[in-house]
Amino acid sequence: MAVLIVFGPLFAAAFAGLFGNFIGHRVAQIVTTGFVVVSALLSILNFFDVAYGGNSQTIHVATWMSVGTFDVSWAIKLDTLSSVMLVVVTSVASLVHIYSWGYMANDPHRARFFAYLSLFTFAMLALVTADNFLQLFFGWEGVGLASYLLIGFWYKKKSANDAAIKAFVTNRVGDFGFAIGIMALFLVFGSVGFDDVFSQVGDHTATTLAFAGMDIPAIELIGFLLFVGAMGKSAQFFLHVWLPDAMEGPTPVSALIHAATMVTAGVFLVCRCFPIFELAPNASAFITVIGALTAFFAATVGLAQNDIKRVIAYSTCSQLGYMFFAAGLGLYGAAMFHLFTHAFFKALLFLGSGSVIHGLHDEQDMRKMGGLYKMMPATWIMMLIGTIALTGVGLPFAALGVGILPDLGFAGFFSKDAIIEGAYMAGQQGIAFGNLAFWVGVIAALLTSFYSWRLIFMTFNGTFRGDKHTFDHAHDPPWSMMGALVVLAIGAIFAGGLMKNDFIGGNSAHFWNESLPGAVHGPAVAGGDAETHGEVVAHGEPAAHEQPDNGHAAADEGEAHATGEHPPVWVILAPFVVTLVGFLAAIYAYLINVGMGARIAARGGPIHSLLYNKWYVDEIYHFIFVRGAKGLGDVFWKFFDVRIIDGFGPNGVAGMTFAAAKRIAKAQSGYVYHYAFVMLIGVLGLTLWILAGAGGQ
Amino acid sequence: MFSELDAFLSILTFTPAIGAVIIAVFRFASRPEDQGLIDRNSRMVALGTTLVTLFFAVVMMFEFDPAVAGFQFVHEVVWLEQIGMGYRMGVDGISVLFVLLTAFLMPICILASGAIEKRVADYMIAFLLLETLILGVFTALDLVVFYVFFEGGLIPMFLIIGVWGGQNRVYAAFKFFLYTLLGSVLMLVAMIYMFLQAGTTDITVLLDTAFTPQAQTWLWLAFFASFAVKMPMWPVHTWLPDAHVQAPTAGSVILAGVLLKMGGYGFLRFSLPMFPDASAYFAPMVFVLSLIAIIYTSLVAFRQTDIKKLIAYSSVAHMGFVTLGLFSMNMLGVQGAIFQMISHGFISSALFLCVGVIYDRMHTREIAFYGGVVHKMPVFAAIFGLFAMANVGLPGTSGFIGEIMTMIGGYQVAWWVGAGAAVGVILSAVYMLTVYRDVIFGEITNPKLNTLTDLNRTEWIIFVPLIIMTLLLGVCSTLVTDITAASVEALISNYDAALAAPAQ
Repeated sequence: MAVLIVFGPLFAAAFAGLFGNFIGHRVAQIVTTGFVVVSALLSILNFFDVAYGGNSQTIHVATWMSVGTFDVSWAIKLDTLSSVMLVVVTSVASLVHIYSWGYMANDPHRARFFAYLSLFTFAMLALVTADNFLQLFFGWEGVGLASYLLIGFWYKKKSANDAAIKAFVTNRVGDFGFAIGIMALFLVFGSVGFDDVFSQVGDHTATTLAFAGMDIPAIELIGFLLFVGAMGKSAQFFLHVWLPDAMEGPTPVSALIHAATMVTAGVFLVCRCFPIFELAPNASAFITVIGALTAFFAATVGLAQNDIKRVIAYSTCSQLGYMFFAAGLGLYGAAMFHLFTHAFFKALLFLGSGSVIHGLHDEQDMRKMGGLYKMMPATWIMMLIGTIALTGVGLPFAALGVGILPDLGFAGFFSKDAIIEGAYMAGQQGIAFGNLAFWVGVIAALLTSFYSWRLIFMTFNGTFRGDKHTFDHAHDPPWSMMGALVVLAIGAIFAGGLMKNDFIGGNSAHFWNESLPGAVHGPAVAGGDAETHGEVVAHGEPAAHEQPDNGHAAADEGEAHATGEHPPVWVILAPFVVTLVGFLAAIYAYLINVGMGARIAARGGPIHSLLYNKWYVDEIYHFIFVRGAKGLGDVFWKFFDVRIIDGFGPNGVAGMTFAAAKRIAKAQSGYVYHYAFVMLIGVLGLTLWILAGAGGQ
Repeated sequence: MFSELDAFLSILTFTPAIGAVIIAVFRFASRPEDQGLIDRNSRMVALGTTLVTLFFAVVMMFEFDPAVAGFQFVHEVVWLEQIGMGYRMGVDGISVLFVLLTAFLMPICILASGAIEKRVADYMIAFLLLETLILGVFTALDLVVFYVFFEGGLIPMFLIIGVWGGQNRVYAAFKFFLYTLLGSVLMLVAMIYMFLQAGTTDITVLLDTAFTPQAQTWLWLAFFASFAVKMPMWPVHTWLPDAHVQAPTAGSVILAGVLLKMGGYGFLRFSLPMFPDASAYFAPMVFVLSLIAIIYTSLVAFRQTDIKKLIAYSSVAHMGFVTLGLFSMNMLGVQGAIFQMISHGFISSALFLCVGVIYDRMHTREIAFYGGVVHKMPVFAAIFGLFAMANVGLPGTSGFIGEIMTMIGGYQVAWWVGAGAAVGVILSAVYMLTVYRDVIFGEITNPKLNTLTDLNRTEWIIFVPLIIMTLLLGVCSTLVTDITAASVEALISNYDAALAAPAQ
C-alpha cells in the first residue's frame, strides 16, 4: 500500500511524460489523476491506521548508497507526522489535478503539465516518508526540480524562465546550508538515519564543531544549518525572494506547490528534527526570530501589491512565518496544525483566484477587477470562505468559559489562535523571543485581515475597472474546477474544529505517538489521552491532572484551555479583535471611502514605495549577488585565465619556443614531430639511465 | 572461457589496435576512387571493434571478483629480468571501472562521428589507437608500460584535435601539447628515480616500497605536475577549454569522459599509495586548489558565450570534487571521487554530445545564436535538460552521489573543505540553468533555427545508454561502490599504516 502511495505518482509521471505524445492528453490526464487520487485514498486509510491504530512502521525499499558505515536506503517511514503530510499532499494534489482539467483545458502541452504535477507529487511523498536525511534531501531537491519545471512551464515567457531559475537557485542557497548540515551530522553521529541520529542527540550536547573559526556546539550548528535549508524551501526572510516570482507558473501550481505543500516542507523538516531543535535553544531562537520577521515583513508587503496572486503569495510567506515561530518556540503540534489547515484554505484561495483569472481571460491585476460577485457568485462565496478561514474568524466560547458552547470558527481560527496563545504562554515561561513572537503574531493578524479583505473587495465589490468585453464574458468555472473548490472549502471550514483535539488538544500525545513531543500547553494535555480513546495510560502521568476528562471527542475542543494554566482572556480575544479591526479598516478604505487605497498608492509616499517594492530586497540582492557573480566571473576569466595564466604560461612559452624553433628547425610546422622528438629524447634518456643504473649495480 | 587466458587483459587492450590495423590495411589496399567505400567500411570496422572490446570489458566485469583487493587478470612477460622491467598488466577494483567506462564510451564516440567527412579512415584509426592506449593506462602494472601508454595516448588525441578540429585547432592542439609535455617530463624523471631506488619498474612492488619522506616530496610534486595538468586542476586548466572547443564532438567526449580521469587514476595508483607522507603533507594545498577550481571555474563558466567552453569549464569544476575527495583519504571521499569520475564520464560526455547535436545542425556554438530550440526539438530539449540537471547534481542522478560523498568526505577532514565545495553546488545551478534557458527556452528569434529537426535514430541510440547509466547509478550507487570498496579499503588502511609508522 505504502509503495503504491509513493511510487504510483512516479509511474504516472513517467508514463505521461514519456508517452504523452502517443497516448494523447486525455489518457495522460486520466492516468496521472487516477494514480494520485488512488494515492490520496490510500493515504487516508493509512492515516487512520497509523494515527489512530498506532501502526507506525518503516518499510525498506532498496539501498541507495552504502560506503563503509555510510548507509542510506530508500525507505518509507510511516508515523503520524508523515501520515499527516501524506494526507495533506495527496489530497491537495488530487484536487489540483482535477482542477487542472478545467484550468488547463486549452493548453497544447497538457500532458507535460500533468506529468510534472505527478512528478512533483512523487518527490514530495519521497520527502515526507524519508527515514534518513539524504532521502529527505532527494525529495527536497526533487520538489525543487518540479517547481522549476512548473514555474517555467510557459517557457516562451522570459519572465517565467527567469522566475524558474531564481526559484531553483535561491533554493540551492538554502540547500547549501542543508547539505553542510548533513555533512556535520554525519561527522558527529556517523549516520544520516533519523532513528540513529535522534537516539544519539542526547549524548552530544557537549560536542563542539569548529566552524568558521569558532567552536560551536554541534547540535546548535546542525540545527542552524538545517534551518537554512528550510528558509530556502519555505521562503523565509532573506531567502523569500523566489516565492512571489514563482507566481509566473500556472495557478494550480501555485496552489499545490507554492501554498499547500512544497513550501511547508521546511516546517516539516523542523518538526521532523525536533529532537535536535529541542536541544538547540539558540538555533530555535533564530527560527523564532526569522519566522516572526517573515510573518511581519510579508504581511506588510501584501498590503501594497496589486497582482491578486502576489497578494496571496505574500500571505503564504507570512503564514509560513507563523508556523516557523511556533516551531521555534517548541510548539511543534501547533505548527503542524497550522500547516494542515493552511493547506486547505490557502489552496482554496489560490484556486479561487485561479477561477477569477480564468474567468477574466488571464487578468491578474486587481486594479482591473471589481464587482465580480455578480458574474461569479460561486467563486465569490468560495473566496469568502477561504478569506474567513485565513483571517481566523471564530468565536472562542469555550476558552472564555461561556457555558457549554464549544469554540466555533473556521479552520484558521483554531490553528492561528493556538499559535498566538502558545507564543504568549512561551513568552511567559521565558522562552526566548516568545513575547516578540506573540506581538508580531497579533500585528500580522491585523495586517492579514486587512490585505485579505482588500483583495476580496477590490476583486468582487465595487464597479468593474477593466474593459467591458472582459466583464461580460466573466463566468464561474466549469464543474471540475468548482468541485475541487468545494472540497477544499469544506476542509477550510471544518479541518480546524475537527482535528484540533488530535493535533494540539487532549489527544495529541496519543495522536502524535512520539513523532512529535507533547502539545501546545505542555503537560496539561497529556491527561486527556486516557479517556478519549478508552485506554488507560498508567505510566507515570503526573498526578496533577487527575481531573476527570469526560472526554467525548466533541467536547474536547478547547480542552487544552480548560485544563492546566491558560492564557488570560485578553490574549485569547486579541486575535479576534485585531481581525475585526482589519476587516473594518478594509471596509472603510475600499467600500465606504472608495478609491482611498488607490490615492495612497498614487501619492507614492516612502512607506508605500518601500512596501510596493518589497523592501527593495530584490534590488539589493541583484546588486550584490547577480552583478557580483558576473563581475567576478569576468575578472577570473578575462584577467586571470587569459592574461595571467595563459599570458605567462603557454602563450609566453609559445613565443619563446617559436623563436627558438625558428632558429633551430627553420619553422617546422608539424607539432607532432616536435612531440615525437621529445618522446624520443625521453626514451633515449630513460634507456641511458637504465643502462647507467644497471651498470652501476 | 577465454577470460581465463593469461593474456585476456592484453587481448582486451589491443583489440582496438587490431581494428586499426585492419582499417589501415584495407585503406592501402583499396583504390583511391573507392573513397566512399573506404569511409563506410572504416566506420563499420571501427564500430565493430569497439563493440567487441566492450563485450570483452563486460565479460571482465562479470569475472571480476570485487571481494579481492589486489590485482586480477594479471599478465606478466618479463623483458629485462636483470633490471626488473617487464610487460605487466592487471586490474583491481580501482582501475576496472575505468576500463569499462572507456570501452562503453568508445562505440558512442564512433557513432557520434557521423559528421566527420574528411579522412574518415585516418580518423577511425586514430580513435582505435587512442582506445588501446587509454585501456593500457588503466591496465598497465609496470612503470615503463604505463608511461608509454600514458604519453602515447596524447598523440592520437593531439591529431584528432589538430586535424579534425575547428578553426583555431592548431593553437588548441599546441596548448594541449605544451601543458601535458611539461608535466610528463617531470613525471619521467621521477619514474627514473623510483626505478633507481627500487630496482624494478613493477608497480606492484613499488606499491610496497617505502620512499624516504624527502624523496616522497619531490616524487609527489613531479607526479603531481603531470596529473594536475591531466585532471586538470587550477591553475593549469586553461588548455582544456581551448582543446574542447576545437576538438570534434567525439574528441570532446573522450577527452572529458576518459582522458581527464587519467589524472585522478594516477593519483590513486601512484601519489596516494606510494607517497603517503607527501600526500598528507600536500593535502591542504590540494584542497585549496580544488576549492579554487570549483568556485573560480564555475564563475568563469557562468560568463561564457560558447556552450562548449561553458561545459569545459564546468568539467574543471567537477574535477575539483574529485581531487578534493581523493585527498580526504577516507572511504566516503575516495569512493565518492571514483564515483564522481565515472559519473562525470557519462554526464559530461552526454553534454558534449548534446552540443554536438545542435552544432551538427547549425555549425555554431554561440549561445546567443540559439533560443527557443524546444519548439523544434522537444526530445532533445528533454534529454539536454536531464543531463543539465545531472550536471547540477540533482539527487536521483549520478551527479549527486559523487558530489555529496566527496563533500561529506571532505567535511570530515575540515569544515571549510566541505562547505567550500558546497558553494559549487549553488554556482553549478546558476550557469547550467542559465545556458539551458538561453538555448532551449524562449521564443525562436533567429529564423535560421526554424530548420532544426529533432533527434535522428543514431542520436537516439547514442543517448539512451547514457541516460540509463546516469539514472541507474543515481538511484543505485552500490553498483559502483561495491566494486571499488575492497581496493579502496586496502588503499586507505595502507595509507593510514604508512602515516602511523615512524619516518625513516
